[in-house]
Amino acid sequence: MSERILLGHGGGGSLMQQLIREELLPLYGCSSGSLGAPELHDAARLALPHGRLAFTCDGYVVQPLEFPGGDIGSLAVIGTANDLAMAAARPLHLSVSLILEEGLPLALLRRVVASMAAAAARCGLTIVTGDTKVVERGKADGLFISTSGVGLLELPDPVDPTAIQPGDVLLVSGDLGRHGVAILAARHALDLQPPVQSDCAPLWPQVEALLAAGVRPHCLRDLTRGGLASALAELAEGSGCDLLLEEAAVPVSGSVARTCDLLGFDPLQLANEGRFVAVVPAAQKDQALAVLGASGGALVGCVSSAAPAGMPRVLLRTAFGTERLLLPGSGELLPRIC
Amino acid sequence: MSQPAAVQALAAELKAITTRPWTLMEVCGGQTHAIVRWGLDQLLPPGMRLIHGPGCPVCVTPTATIDAALGLARRPEVILCSYGDMLRVPGSASGDDLLGVRAAGGDVRLLTSPLQAIALARAHPERQVVFLAVGFETTAPATALLARQALALGLENLSLLVAHVRVAPAMAAILADPANQVQGFLAAGHVGAVMGLAELEVLVAAQRVPVVVSGFEPLELMAALVACVRQLEAGRAVVENAYGQVVRPAGNPAAQRQMAEVFAVVDQPWRGLGVLPGGGLALQGAYRRLDARERFGLSPVDGRAPVDANGREAAAVDGPAAEVCISGRILRGLASPTDCPAFGRACTPLHPLGASMVSSEGACAAYHRYRAPLPRR
Repeated sequence: MSERILLGHGGGGSLMQQLIREELLPLYGCSSGSLGAPELHDAARLALPHGRLAFTCDGYVVQPLEFPGGDIGSLAVIGTANDLAMAAARPLHLSVSLILEEGLPLALLRRVVASMAAAAARCGLTIVTGDTKVVERGKADGLFISTSGVGLLELPDPVDPTAIQPGDVLLVSGDLGRHGVAILAARHALDLQPPVQSDCAPLWPQVEALLAAGVRPHCLRDLTRGGLASALAELAEGSGCDLLLEEAAVPVSGSVARTCDLLGFDPLQLANEGRFVAVVPAAQKDQALAVLGASGGALVGCVSSAAPAGMPRVLLRTAFGTERLLLPGSGELLPRIC
Repeated sequence: MSQPAAVQALAAELKAITTRPWTLMEVCGGQTHAIVRWGLDQLLPPGMRLIHGPGCPVCVTPTATIDAALGLARRPEVILCSYGDMLRVPGSASGDDLLGVRAAGGDVRLLTSPLQAIALARAHPERQVVFLAVGFETTAPATALLARQALALGLENLSLLVAHVRVAPAMAAILADPANQVQGFLAAGHVGAVMGLAELEVLVAAQRVPVVVSGFEPLELMAALVACVRQLEAGRAVVENAYGQVVRPAGNPAAQRQMAEVFAVVDQPWRGLGVLPGGGLALQGAYRRLDARERFGLSPVDGRAPVDANGREAAAVDGPAAEVCISGRILRGLASPTDCPAFGRACTPLHPLGASMVSSEGACAAYHRYRAPLPRR
């Protein structure tokens, strides 16, 4: 077999069958949820537990395709599983659609496929169906992945911004900014020593532990693109409530803080792939902190009040007791000049 | 003592020693950014005012230079590279910036060190690599190093579009303005690390105004404010180094030598401020071979960019929105970002109308990021 992806690998003929059978089949696990062995058929048949389902999808485009602490494959599985977890849904099944660029080294594809399979095992879910397309050289950035997932809702009430109440407290599940710094460092060849590893990790175990401890979160939000700053802005907007963040309480590792200092970034605006913010009733603060604190999480603020006239905002209190607004970034992080 | 406690103690000391409503200027955009980010202005004694200086090299790069860079980036043979925050600086046409040129197919690269341009030039011998070199004396030595290596290696496909500026002439220009309100300076620590204290001594001797070289952390800024107010209250005016852990009195002689070898001091237009005598650096002698303006037949830097009463370059005025921009007055310390009717409305970091909104270090951008729109949206 050619050591690079050819257009023929997407052409529906024997090359494609070979690609699927020799390279991609390890992706498809066999579990109690999918009926029987993986089938090369148009649709997977699922046996789902009784209850209500959550359903989500996401597209993954990242450069570089491999970075310290992860790659586009682990990101594509874990990211979609995490979106389910943020609805308090136990991730069950995933679909994977690959768009490959002509010329992609097969060795790289094999590593990404192995990484997806390992990530699926880590998340406790099965990949039940998939698709592969090949586009001409120059029409894709090596490899794009799109995944969809279904999960089982574990709570009867919706876990979303409309459930947020004044008086609730805000917790983050760990230190912030590692994924953003890892990607920036790889993209700009920053050669940080020691390298900062992405925080890419499944969130469901922490959510499950919160539920097991009796915590009934009003809202959960993963801190991906835009980081905590964007997430809190969205929660304020979605809930109609003002939020207060205590900056000194936000956990940030020394290496992330120093890199941000050097390049002019704000850890609150950096992406994470294994962190979330939980909005929980004040009465459950201690239980929530006991669970999340064990992995470096912290209590970082509160929902201060319902905002007048639907114009909610996020106020940040600095370590010096001064206050300012916390606004989301523009979306493109550009290192500063000096 | 924890850092917050130490900052609070300095704030209390500042209140205790202050008897009059002093007006100070922090020169560097990095200091402005830190002051607004940490809300340090909320800790000042009543009546004391900080005005935000012109020390943002991205902000003061002339529109004509940005236009030249945009034009070069559109040429198919050119790879244009610069620092990240130059990519969003608009030229004379509203919304025209390097990110937009890149989206339209231009080859625009972001560098974190000028020396990366050498690797680019070697990797693409069939292309022309142009480095848009901006910054104060902080980044000029690295550009000088790039120029020396490019010449030594005989790289024929690397050139420089130079817009380096010098801080001391800008401080002198602010004091010379009849409308000046600045009574004392916090000088830029990183420029001091390169240039030392000599230029500031000359300024203080001529103008009798206290100058305290300051760092960028909350504690360093508060300590520098206390030092500056102590001088004002005592009627003294000397250069004080409150950033001694980084700044030596003689600066960095090796960096100064690099700059002196490669650059000549020239009169230079600053966006929003007009032409400042001795305000910039240009390639000299053998290094002029690397000048992108000569290589591509561009007009030489226009030392006479007309500036109106609000400090707007005529070329920058573009439609009714730009008419209202007061960035020139802000860069000279005569107005605050929130005084501008376009602030946060027609003018935002994504669609900047004027100099001080274009870089995160600019006063308007800092206010927009941390403070505004304070009235509810």
